[in-house]
Amino acid sequence: MSVLTFIIVGKRDNPLYELVWQMRKDEPAHLNQFVIHAALDIVEDHVWSTQNMFLKTVDKYNDLYISAFSTASNVKLMLLHDSRSEDSIKGFLSDVYELYIKTLCNPFYDVGTVIHSTSFDARVKSLAKKYFGG
Amino acid sequence: MQSGSSGRPKRLQPLVDRPLSKGKGEVTLSAFGFLFSEMVQKCQNKARTVQELESRLCNYGEHVGVRVLELLTHREKGLKRETRLIPLLSFLTGSVWKTLFGRPADALERHTQNEDEYMITDKDPITNKFVSVPSDMGAFSCAAFVAGIIQGMISGADFVGIRFSCGCIWIWMEH
Repeated sequence: MSVLTFIIVGKRDNPLYELVWQMRKDEPAHLNQFVIHAALDIVEDHVWSTQNMFLKTVDKYNDLYISAFSTASNVKLMLLHDSRSEDSIKGFLSDVYELYIKTLCNPFYDVGTVIHSTSFDARVKSLAKKYFGG
Repeated sequence: MQSGSSGRPKRLQPLVDRPLSKGKGEVTLSAFGFLFSEMVQKCQNKARTVQELESRLCNYGEHVGVRVLELLTHREKGLKRETRLIPLLSFLTGSVWKTLFGRPADALERHTQNEDEYMITDKDPITNKFVSVPSDMGAFSCAAFVAGIIQGMISGADFVGIRFSCGCIWIWMEH
């Protein structure tokens, strides 16, 4: 099970945070981000049909899956991965959600802007290692 | 203050390492009154009209509203969020009001003719407790701050449209 890319998308479809682990060979640059962006429409539909924050797998691209998590203010955490191990994805996304709330609690952070914090970045990477094994 | 190796005081952890617990749950009224009075004074200095003053206060409240929505949803509801307007309003007048002001809102009513209008009543908003409004400011009320909090929460959850008029707090919204 390997994850390829994780993106936090704000309310205006702007990326707030991006983490790329690996690109497949021979692929155009930024294909991962493009695939995730294309899945946003589907996520928008799902968001109004359920009260769960965790939206499971919303889309598929060739052999890759996209899972989504939508927070209370409709900020979307999107993950591009290649196999379906739901528990670790759910755990990872819930933990990143808590990190996001902590970032929000900083009054100097403008909601809807890019998250620059290095400690946030370090924490997300360590969570990824914990749930997906590096 | 002692410094850790990164030059930061040792007792201050990075924000992301602190637990997201319930916290103390109470702040002294005087601390809030002091901070709020400074906010109102700052808005007053920058604003030229009463309308602008009101909308600046409302704007401050919006910043709070978005954060309150996320934080309290996480504390009270775990991994579920609101997709319908009326449950969101009940959440707002119940849990949110209790967390922010120590008691639930006095009333939540729906307008008789326009189905899209709702009114949340708070007879004694904490923002107006220590404020005296001069008569030339007309119908101004510092509860614009609270209206801003509500606005931040409602638009954070992607519902649209709010208009504030003072006295109590009137909300007019569409979805």
